[in-house]
Amino acid sequence: MEIDPFIFRLSIFILSIFVGYYVVWSVTPSLHTPLMSVTNAISSVIIVGAIIAALSGSEGVVFSLSSIYGFLAIILAAVNIFGGFLVTQRMLAMYKKKKKDK
Amino acid sequence: MSANLSAILYLVSGVLFILALRGLSSPETSRQGNLFGIIGMLIAVTVTFLSVGNFSSGFIYVLIFLAIGGSIGAFIAYRIPMTAMPELVAGFHSLVGLAAVFVAISAFINPAAFNLGTPGNIKLASLIEMAIGAAVGAITFSGSVIAFLKLQGIMSGAPITFKGQHLLNALLLILIVILTIYLCSTQSSNLFWILIAVSFLIGFLIIIPIGGADMPVVISMLNSYSGWAAAGIGFTLENTALIITGALVGSSGAILSYIMCKGMNRSFFNVILGGFGATEQTSESQNKEQRPVKSGNADDAAFLMKNASSVIIVPGYGMAVAQAQHALREMVDTLKKNDIKVSYAIHPVAGRMPGHMNVLLAEANVPYDEVFELEEINNDFANADVAFVIGANDVTNPVAKTDPQSPIYGMPVLDVEKCKSVLFVKRSLSPGYAGIDNDLFYKENTLMLFADAKKMTEDITKNL
Repeated sequence: MEIDPFIFRLSIFILSIFVGYYVVWSVTPSLHTPLMSVTNAISSVIIVGAIIAALSGSEGVVFSLSSIYGFLAIILAAVNIFGGFLVTQRMLAMYKKKKKDK
Repeated sequence: MSANLSAILYLVSGVLFILALRGLSSPETSRQGNLFGIIGMLIAVTVTFLSVGNFSSGFIYVLIFLAIGGSIGAFIAYRIPMTAMPELVAGFHSLVGLAAVFVAISAFINPAAFNLGTPGNIKLASLIEMAIGAAVGAITFSGSVIAFLKLQGIMSGAPITFKGQHLLNALLLILIVILTIYLCSTQSSNLFWILIAVSFLIGFLIIIPIGGADMPVVISMLNSYSGWAAAGIGFTLENTALIITGALVGSSGAILSYIMCKGMNRSFFNVILGGFGATEQTSESQNKEQRPVKSGNADDAAFLMKNASSVIIVPGYGMAVAQAQHALREMVDTLKKNDIKVSYAIHPVAGRMPGHMNVLLAEANVPYDEVFELEEINNDFANADVAFVIGANDVTNPVAKTDPQSPIYGMPVLDVEKCKSVLFVKRSLSPGYAGIDNDLFYKENTLMLFADAKKMTEDITKNL
């Protein structure tokens, strides 16, 4: 009997939860704010779905009812991607070690 | 591009996202981690363009909209002050939630574009996934909007409660499940819209009863939701990158909420059901007679610190409100010049989001190896000469260790009272968020400094 591809995706999902669990526990508490902003940025990979939706219009029709939602989602996700990664970078740049005594 | 190749590349971007989080295990590796995240995102977006393979005029519009959103995001990222980080993160969560809702709607209207069947005849599994993605996305959106408004101060941070609130929420949750079941059997678009509307409503209702200082839990929880919403959409689109990311973000947010709840010694449900102290306002705190308090000025504080050999600083949300982190750093610089050892003690729930204080101190150029977590530093208070509490309150209250009647009993607190002397910067004697008196105010060795945190810190620096 063939295995439903859904089962594979479910396996990936479950294993990723465990990976996430162990990886996040190893994050140092002082970086919890950047952790939130970076998870926020990567969850905007939902833009993948938004792009497919935006390009779903039939021949010659750019703006159909379904593609408009895609375009809106692209804007939202793009704000998040750029905003999320850049603000994370800005924060991480501030974390400095003690300067050696001169 | 073949479906297999794109699936593998999506997997690669998923792995890069894992590495991005892994990098955050230490500040040195974190910047590299962020780079991995950016590369992962680039790969995912490029692969999507190539596998859709539609480079007609629609593609140009996609790029235009991408640029619009991107420049808004970049602008915000550069302009936002570090003290506003909790609002920013809440706002960003709402966008992820709304994007998930939009993608789900688009997939519902035009399932053929996603290979999910035809309108009115969508594959059952896809429909369930779509409904979950849309519902969780909608809850994330409206919940985050409320959190944003509360953090921004547009909406009062006080819990809003009414009779039958929990019952109403429970009924709405059941309604969502029923709607999903009916949606699957009828494929009716009306039901889909109602489902989304009810989800918006419940996100709103879940967050309004939660008060300001519980925001760390709320933000982490919404972080988690935005992950689950992405994962739901990932299943609909059969996209590995989204599924992996959704799971990562979902578990990350869940762990953060857990850490925050533990920092307050409260169960998750206790926080979510809201209204801390509102129901358990014990008469005891009101019956207490006015107790004597020692108060001092910047001069006294400077004198105490000058004669100390080690000082521990305990920052809290009040420091963020007063924007006192730079003034604090200047004060510490002066102390260090006098060969006084200074370290910072940070309670897990200090501030309005996980790690809030650490970011502010980093912004003020405080080296991160001078900043310690509760467990690392709590034993040092007994050997320190001065504890300088700036903007923190409940997290220093010794009542949590001594009085089983207190609502915060059992909460891990910083052992500030073990210091030889305590300097407590606060605007007034008013109780903190938990609505209880802080015993620390009345201790023999406590000197209250009634002033704005920033002004007081500057004055002390002048007197040093």
